[in-house]
Amino acid sequence: MSSPEAKPYPGTQAVDHGKARADEWPLFEIFIRGQHGLSHRHVGSLHAADAEMAIKNARDVYTRRNEGVSIWVVEAAHIAASSPEEKGPLYEPANDKVYRHPTFFDIPDEVGAM
Amino acid sequence: MGDNTLVLGHRVSEWCGHAPVLEEDIALANTALDLIGQTTLWLDLAGKVEDAGRDADRLAFHRDVWDFRNLLLVEQPNGDFGQTIMRQFLFDAWHLSQLTALMESSDAQIAAIAEKSSKEVTYHLERATDTVIGLGDGTEESHRRMQNALDLLWPYVGEMFVADAVDEAMVAAGIAPDPASLRAAYDTLVNDVFTVATLTRPESDFGHRGGKSGKRHSEHLGHMLTQMQWLQRAYPDATW
Repeated sequence: MSSPEAKPYPGTQAVDHGKARADEWPLFEIFIRGQHGLSHRHVGSLHAADAEMAIKNARDVYTRRNEGVSIWVVEAAHIAASSPEEKGPLYEPANDKVYRHPTFFDIPDEVGAM
Repeated sequence: MGDNTLVLGHRVSEWCGHAPVLEEDIALANTALDLIGQTTLWLDLAGKVEDAGRDADRLAFHRDVWDFRNLLLVEQPNGDFGQTIMRQFLFDAWHLSQLTALMESSDAQIAAIAEKSSKEVTYHLERATDTVIGLGDGTEESHRRMQNALDLLWPYVGEMFVADAVDEAMVAAGIAPDPASLRAAYDTLVNDVFTVATLTRPESDFGHRGGKSGKRHSEHLGHMLTQMQWLQRAYPDATW
């Protein structure tokens, strides 16, 4: 989390509730693959001085109970995100297009769950 | 082996809730738990071999200072964070090569415990190495603290490699390696890390002795045991 160091780390960002402490390690988002064959899922975030340390911290913070077989970390500042204000134009057009859901097909029993 | 992991495990657990950053707090607690888990395996085995009705808990909580056979290094106080990490690194580097050798033990139970522990300790060493390098080659202050920690703790390294009569008997029976045989690889490993960490290895290899033999522990172990064993002393034979 916050480090007692006096110098700012590169990539430290100002946040909404005020300026981030200049002595804080950068924030990393953590993705963990629960088992082989599944995709990595976002599990949370933590602070670390660099990516390698973020992987180790993630191992210690998020895989203590056998949760994972693979870890991805990415510095939060490198994630591009959609804006909540644009949710109208981005998502509402899909609301009335039920035909995009493949619910109109009869699925043979042999196929099983889809 | 069990006393080393017990005493160091307790020492590291003293950081729980006090580490400088949250992530490090959890990592240290994990390390402590690994070591305590290994302790259970070693002391259970020791109790069985002794065959005097003492289980792991009895051995951990009903012995006094002079009965402990841990290295002096692991009973040294935590000091600042740098000192804790340096102690961990100096121990882990030895611990991993000791466990690797014990995996070849003629005793199947020892070999099995060593194999299980070695996976945990491989990670401990990796983490301690990275942190020693990060802090040694870090700021002026972190470098100074790491060099101080190394100067303070280096005199406790030599004891790891000194054989006594018990060691000789173990070597003869093919149970454990000759402690001196681990020194060269240890020196190579720590020298490499010190170089990258811009730390200077102390010139003198003088080593304090007396922990492994139980003859002369440092004053710190007794103080630690008063904390670690207080419940069993206040409420003898209490169970869950």
